[in-house]
Amino acid sequence: MYKVETRDVNLFYGNTHALKNVTMGILEYQVVAMIGPSGCGKSTYLRLFNRMNDMIDGVRIEGEVLLSGKDIYNGGTRVEEIRKKVGMVFQKPNPFPKTIFENVAYGLRINGISNKKFIEETVERSLKQAALWDEVKDELKKSALALSGGQQQRLCIARALAVEPSVILMDEPASALDPISSAKIEELIWELKKKYTIIIVTHNMQQAARVSDKTAFFYLGELIEFNDTKELFMNPKHERTQNYITGRFG
Amino acid sequence: MTTHLDTELDRLKNEIEEMGSLVRNQLGKSIDAFIGAKKELAKEVLFQERRVNAEELKIDRDCENIMVLFNPVAIDLRLVFAAFKINSHLERMGDHAKGIAAYASKLTKPYAAELLTPLQLREIVDHIDDMIASNLRAFKDADTSSAREIFRHDDRLDEWNKKAITVIGDYIRNHTDEVEGMLNLASVVRKMERIGDLNKNIAEEIIFYVEANVLKHEKEKI
Repeated sequence: MYKVETRDVNLFYGNTHALKNVTMGILEYQVVAMIGPSGCGKSTYLRLFNRMNDMIDGVRIEGEVLLSGKDIYNGGTRVEEIRKKVGMVFQKPNPFPKTIFENVAYGLRINGISNKKFIEETVERSLKQAALWDEVKDELKKSALALSGGQQQRLCIARALAVEPSVILMDEPASALDPISSAKIEELIWELKKKYTIIIVTHNMQQAARVSDKTAFFYLGELIEFNDTKELFMNPKHERTQNYITGRFG
Repeated sequence: MTTHLDTELDRLKNEIEEMGSLVRNQLGKSIDAFIGAKKELAKEVLFQERRVNAEELKIDRDCENIMVLFNPVAIDLRLVFAAFKINSHLERMGDHAKGIAAYASKLTKPYAAELLTPLQLREIVDHIDDMIASNLRAFKDADTSSAREIFRHDDRLDEWNKKAITVIGDYIRNHTDEVEGMLNLASVVRKMERIGDLNKNIAEEIIFYVEANVLKHEKEKI
């Protein structure tokens, strides 16, 4: 069974048909990269899985979006529950104006957890998983805003991990970072895939090739090609994919 | 839309073509020198070998630069891989031409006509030259049907090699005082057969570049 799956999904922003009959399945512990030109629907597709598109006025979604086999758009599913299972990391690091510790503890607290020892252990574990612990363990009470961009992004990943999701969505997580910080995020993705299913949107083709098991190429709202990353970058089956990844698009 | 990468890849293809022309020239001259015992021509081939080596290093460098600066993928990546290997195969052909020229430079007189006529060295070298030319065109035009023809041409060379060894063996039996010269001749035949194999390797690289099919060690797929 797929960890996350879409079946014949169509999404409309008003009259704009942003996703067209997208059917795709992602196995547990896979890293899947979404690539395609701006406006192709890859971020829209990513946001299906934590229902972030719901907040956009005039959006209409058809088809099925399944998380662990369960349709997350049917009436009985609470958005808060989905977002506990599906964490998200955005392009620009967005730490809260709080301490490093409180940033990571935030998700636990709003979920009603108050056990101090449990929170401390979870914060430490999450920061270790996000490969940030060694750099911040002596200054957990410092403002998160004092961290570098790369550290802030790893803090946001730690914050997402603290509530123990099973899926992590990453929307251009390294595009605002310098090459060293970007490499750390990529290393982190390699570590995290042992425990999480990861879907990453990236404009950086080399990054997609390095971090993902499978790659999906979107164009004008359609899923053009979805294949093993090595195969897609070595021998794409569709001319559009080849034109895009070789930089001969349009 | 022509990209900067397209320009570099076209340049790489042109360089492979030039390398191929150089090697064809070397091979033709080395056999002429060998058949006619022309020492000066043999020396020219030995001298020109430096150019072949220099060209090989230049193409290697250009392949590396494209890899580093452009991070090619898909057909572009396969083209660079193929060019890198074709370059190496052509250089090996150049080495064989040099080896033939080295034997030629030591000849004091041409081999007997009764031996050279049945061996058909000139015809075979023309056949090899056609194979190289055809491969170079196929690489430039991304033409895999021409590349596949090379395998058929190589079969003819394999047959010729077997016959040539028989001819040389028979000659040795009747001319036991000429064994050393016959061993050199057998070595030249062997080098030509190896050049045929290298042409086959080049054809495999062209098919990999265009179709992403790996034919190496997979004769049944040809």
